[in-house]
Amino acid sequence: MLKKLTFAAAALALSATTSLAATEVTWWHAMGGELGKKLEEIAAKFNESQADYKVVPVYKGSYPETLTAAIAAFRANQQPAIVQVFEVGTGTMMAAKGAVYPVYKLMADQGESFDKSAYLAPVVGYYSDTEGNILSLPFNSSTPILYYNKDVFKKAGLDPEVSPKTWEEVEQFSKKIVSSGAAKCGFTSAWITWVQTENLSALHDQPFGTLDNGFGGLKTEFTFNGKVQVKHWGNLKKWQDEGLFKYGGPVGGDQAATMFYAQECAMTMNSSAGRAGVINNAKDFTPGFGPLPYYADEIKEPKNSIIGGATLWVLNGKDKDVYKGVAKFFSYLSKPDVQADWHQFTGYLPITNAAYELGKTQGYYAKNPGSDIAIEQITRGTPSANSKGVRFGNFTQVRTIVDEEFQGLLAGNKDAKQALDSAVSRGNKLLREFEAAN
Amino acid sequence: MNTKKTTFNNRLLPYLLLAPQLFITLVFFIWPAGQAVKSSFEREDPFGLSTVFVGLLHYQRLFEDPNYLSALSRTAVFAVSVTALSMILGLAFAAAVDRLMRSGKIYTTLLVWPYAVAPVVAGVLWWFLFNSTTGLMPFFLEKIGIHWDHDLNGTQAMILIIIAAAWKQVSYNFLFFLAGLQSVPQSLMEAAAIDGSGPVKRFFTISLPLLSPTTFFLFIINVNYTMFDTFPIVDATTVGGPAQATTTLVYKVYQDGYLGLNLGSSSAQSVLLMMIVMVLTFVQFRYVERRVQY
Repeated sequence: MLKKLTFAAAALALSATTSLAATEVTWWHAMGGELGKKLEEIAAKFNESQADYKVVPVYKGSYPETLTAAIAAFRANQQPAIVQVFEVGTGTMMAAKGAVYPVYKLMADQGESFDKSAYLAPVVGYYSDTEGNILSLPFNSSTPILYYNKDVFKKAGLDPEVSPKTWEEVEQFSKKIVSSGAAKCGFTSAWITWVQTENLSALHDQPFGTLDNGFGGLKTEFTFNGKVQVKHWGNLKKWQDEGLFKYGGPVGGDQAATMFYAQECAMTMNSSAGRAGVINNAKDFTPGFGPLPYYADEIKEPKNSIIGGATLWVLNGKDKDVYKGVAKFFSYLSKPDVQADWHQFTGYLPITNAAYELGKTQGYYAKNPGSDIAIEQITRGTPSANSKGVRFGNFTQVRTIVDEEFQGLLAGNKDAKQALDSAVSRGNKLLREFEAAN
Repeated sequence: MNTKKTTFNNRLLPYLLLAPQLFITLVFFIWPAGQAVKSSFEREDPFGLSTVFVGLLHYQRLFEDPNYLSALSRTAVFAVSVTALSMILGLAFAAAVDRLMRSGKIYTTLLVWPYAVAPVVAGVLWWFLFNSTTGLMPFFLEKIGIHWDHDLNGTQAMILIIIAAAWKQVSYNFLFFLAGLQSVPQSLMEAAAIDGSGPVKRFFTISLPLLSPTTFFLFIINVNYTMFDTFPIVDATTVGGPAQATTTLVYKVYQDGYLGLNLGSSSAQSVLLMMIVMVLTFVQFRYVERRVQY
């Protein structure tokens, strides 16, 4: 209640300053720290580039907080024009037909050119409706990769230039690292749900849910309690017991980064957007980068990984002028140089093919080895129905459930099969609930 | 005896004098509570675009949900532990400071400090102290053979939020107990001392019974505190985990409603929570208050 009031107050304060000459376009986002500064710089540059519109970025906290804030504001009729929503919220936003102004429609209405084939295929696929219309503007998309500590690898007698390709190698390497005393633990992972469950399923071409992982519409059911997932969760538990794997905590797994920076764990798996943080925090060691490992006995050629990160959604109920500004700003954001700059600074994927090409011609990837791993991993092969992504309603809560079951597994209360079965059946209940409400 | 009684000749004036208070209660309590009751019977999408009346469905679901039922018993454990711990400690500190002739003020100030700390900050503080990777406490606990990892060990996580929540409330209890102790008539204590009773006996036979109104008041306040005000502490220290081991009723309301956007179920939960606290308060006034001597 109090939060709602402060949102309203903040929104009022913002709208009070709209009497300036330029039309204001409010943009609520969830980028803190370095990323937030960079984002504000982009907005400032757009504002300087023309005089008719002024984009005002407002930091609203974490992804879930930003989404909730926008929804609360919408209900109070104080919504921002643009809101950054993480991929988990996509199902919620897509279902909110009356609240959202789809990007493809906005661009067409405002006469801005918008060619969806210019955007990376896996990113476009994720944010399109069943007819292939793109609903939100891709902005900061990422995919998980493997980070490792080259110095620890050397100490353990491993080749510091070679990252483990398969899970078998992760196990072998970790054993060597722990037994040689080079580090206390072999590997950890951020985002157990996203990296070790959703991406694991995609990489091994296993369905996460029915109806093309939820892309086909409502009435889906979760299926991530299959053989490969059970095997992997069982392995993680086994590796934890052997001291090779250490749990990094629920949701984003904040402690995974801490343990990696402190050189306690030799490897970690995290979003490609963690790259800037790794480079800044790896003061006493050289970090290495690699693609996510896979099980060689389960699949010969691993599929592409799936995306995370966020897109920009436009909310209904604003003046026509504002939408004109939003369209202009979106065109600006999609420019190759703007995108390439954002991508190279943050580690997020370049969302357009042109931005990727620009980085190549600039020699960025040659100068920064490992910076193209994420994009190569997400674009490799042809995406299958299982590796296009996952899109479900109430997915924030489903992820919480997966985290809880994983904790139950590690605490020894359940085995891998029981934990995943329970996550699936609890998740299905939430899917039914979502259908009933939408 | 009638000298103190004021008679209003004007029939409207008493209502007028009460109006501001009534207005505030109506706007800030009755109206939101009514809204919660209303939305607990509805199913609504997050944006509020469509609303369907579903009757008691949310309540029925809750009582079928094993997670909700275990949150109930967990909350009981949490409430009893925090209330007992913070009241006993508050009383102990108050008794200690009350015996001080000098520097009592300094101790009072120091002991009241935690109350000024925002719950989230308190939570983060304890999270730092007990962080299994970087924290100070796990390091020492390891030395005496206790492996601390509240990210996976539910019991340890529960102990952690009990400590964090109690730590925050000790100051409040301390302040009231100290005020209570200082209003115990000095003559009674002196008379007892002359009769030969020691400080411990004096405390239990004179001070403690005289403190019973304070204790009763604090008891109700503390139970309410554990039921409603502790969610920032849970959020900052354990996020309700691991595997819901520290998800208390109020945290579940926050989680399902604010993060999960499941407004109907969250409203039903807050209505139930409100009813639980009302029943508790009623029981306290009905049965415990009889033992209170004013």
